[in-house]
Amino acid sequence: MAEITRLQELAYEVKIGEVMTKDVVTVTPQNTMAELRVILRDHRISGAPVVEGGELVGIISVEDLIKALAAGEMDAQVGTKMTPRPVTVRADESVVMAIRYFNRHGYGRFPVVDRAGKLVGILTRGDIIRGLLKQLEMEYHREEELRYRFSHIFEELISDLTSITLRCRVEAQDFDRAGEASSKIKRALTRLAVAPQLVRRAAIVTYELEMNIIIHTTAGGEILAEIQRDRIIIRAIDSGPGIPDIEQALQPGFSTAPDWVREMGFGAGVGLNNVQRCADEMLIESPGAQWTSVKVAIYLNRECLEAGKAAA
Amino acid sequence: MKLETVVRELALEVRSAAGNLGREVTGGYAADLLSCVMARAQPGNIWVTLQGHPNIVAVASLLNLAAIVVTEGVAPDPATLSKAEEEGIPILTTPLTTYTVVGRLFGLGIRGPER
Repeated sequence: MAEITRLQELAYEVKIGEVMTKDVVTVTPQNTMAELRVILRDHRISGAPVVEGGELVGIISVEDLIKALAAGEMDAQVGTKMTPRPVTVRADESVVMAIRYFNRHGYGRFPVVDRAGKLVGILTRGDIIRGLLKQLEMEYHREEELRYRFSHIFEELISDLTSITLRCRVEAQDFDRAGEASSKIKRALTRLAVAPQLVRRAAIVTYELEMNIIIHTTAGGEILAEIQRDRIIIRAIDSGPGIPDIEQALQPGFSTAPDWVREMGFGAGVGLNNVQRCADEMLIESPGAQWTSVKVAIYLNRECLEAGKAAA
Repeated sequence: MKLETVVRELALEVRSAAGNLGREVTGGYAADLLSCVMARAQPGNIWVTLQGHPNIVAVASLLNLAAIVVTEGVAPDPATLSKAEEEGIPILTTPLTTYTVVGRLFGLGIRGPER
């Protein structure tokens, strides 16, 4: 399954105004191409917007300059050699729009305007790459800091096994509050700086187990999320009726849900498969079909993953 | 593409969280089975479904989806709308069928989770 990478997400979240170059070097239509050559060289840039009376009227690039040089037209005015009415992007649009523009038009730069059409900056592919990388780096630092604080809980509170346990009661047939336990656990994990991909897996696991308790149990149950230094243990425990044939319950499409529950889009028989897919370890117990316990482990770091593989 | 553009292009009725239409739509997913949505839909996706009960909000919130489109003139439960308002999930309704909605979303360049 394709996952959207953080970089792709950032391209949607970050605005053009945050990554563009704000100090724009501009020229006027009356500048000569010879003057343009000096301006481009002195500022080490490959193009500039052409502005007249505060209005953006065109754009001129080093390619235009080379053509003028070859034709011996260095005395010509910029106004006669520029591309008039250039394609612009807006500062409040997301970077992904600019990426599409670059691909569609093939230009090397776009003037950036505000909502009133006033020139506020210029955008090149390099600006986008630098801007997104800077954003990634800032997020990385924030995450590192949070993770450092999180790991300190485990260093400061010393025991043979220190953990934080979140306990959520789930009532049978309570469809109105369905998803609340998973939401609480998801929020707590996010606050504890667990990586987003792992939070997503934990959310899917707790949601499916929560729905199973709501749909199938006679007296409800409990979801526990225990966060240890290197793993999250999620447990769903109920007091019956239990699962007579666990092997069968794990078959995709097998479900004992009544029709009215299926009509709501539950009970498709793939819930436990979803859990299995997101789990690094899973153990279902239902001795004598009296009660059910589903225990899932999601590893928080690579060392733990290797150890799990070696044990298996 | 921004959610507000999608709302305009498909003439969807905004039933909750009207303040959250500025979000970018990262893709789309359509299903009425909630476990399938849990397994496949990605953050920022727009989800097209026939279901109108409150649990669709829990699913959208857990997956951080951009919005839910409820099709075929199904009226979402009042509890669904109030919960969606609380969670900031836009619920968009339309008389169109799921098939047509998905077709139009695809026409706008919104793709599924497989790339």
